[in-house]
Amino acid sequence: MARVLLNIPRTARKGEVIAIRTLIQHVMETGYRPGADGEVLPRDIIRRFTASFEGEEVFAADLSPAIAANPFLSFTMVASTTGTLVLRWQGDKGFDQTETREIMVTG
Amino acid sequence: MMAPRRLLLAAPALLLLPRGSRASPEAMAEAVRGFTGGAEIRPGRVTLEISPLVENGNTVPLSVSVESPMTEAEHVRAIAVFNERNPQPHVITVHLNPRAGRAMLATHIRLATSQTLLAVAQFSDGSFWSDRAQVVVTLAACVEG
Repeated sequence: MARVLLNIPRTARKGEVIAIRTLIQHVMETGYRPGADGEVLPRDIIRRFTASFEGEEVFAADLSPAIAANPFLSFTMVASTTGTLVLRWQGDKGFDQTETREIMVTG
Repeated sequence: MMAPRRLLLAAPALLLLPRGSRASPEAMAEAVRGFTGGAEIRPGRVTLEISPLVENGNTVPLSVSVESPMTEAEHVRAIAVFNERNPQPHVITVHLNPRAGRAMLATHIRLATSQTLLAVAQFSDGSFWSDRAQVVVTLAACVEG
């Protein structure tokens, strides 16, 4: 499991636009760099990120090797109801990681 | 007699060029066409923010925001970022809907050299808007070991 840093408010007012910030530990090997033996290292990147709230997609991203190592992604969502935010990263070499966070909406 | 031999001697050097072709303004235009389907792109409504002078191309903060009310009737469907001189022209494509509340994205990217970046936003009415930014990079990423 790769380490993940998430900055997501635990509570929000109804209708408020909240910022979601995510960072995941990953080399994002571009597939263009030579390794210590001079051979080009095979590509190993996270290709897709999705964020869904209560089963509905809020934000999705398709990443290229031009995204820096330890991909950082920030976006926003409307706090509509109390529920679960599911974040999922998928990539090369079968990389697949999911994190969930509860967001409580008041008012 | 000498000229062909010189060419032959030069051939192995050509093989040492980076694998695959590097992105070029033409390759970027091609990638942009793949995103827009050939539709007209107008400048405006999109703000691409990136530092104009970058010391380290390995991780460069970049953000894109688009003016849109993000309602069912009028919202941004997708934002894509392209570059001219990395090994590949595509950087990132994000897919949005009204649940996002605001049309914005922030990430960290790699830049192989000084170049122009282009952000294109696709609106729900099918129109495309864009913004460009020029970046000077002093330490490159991507190609070096």
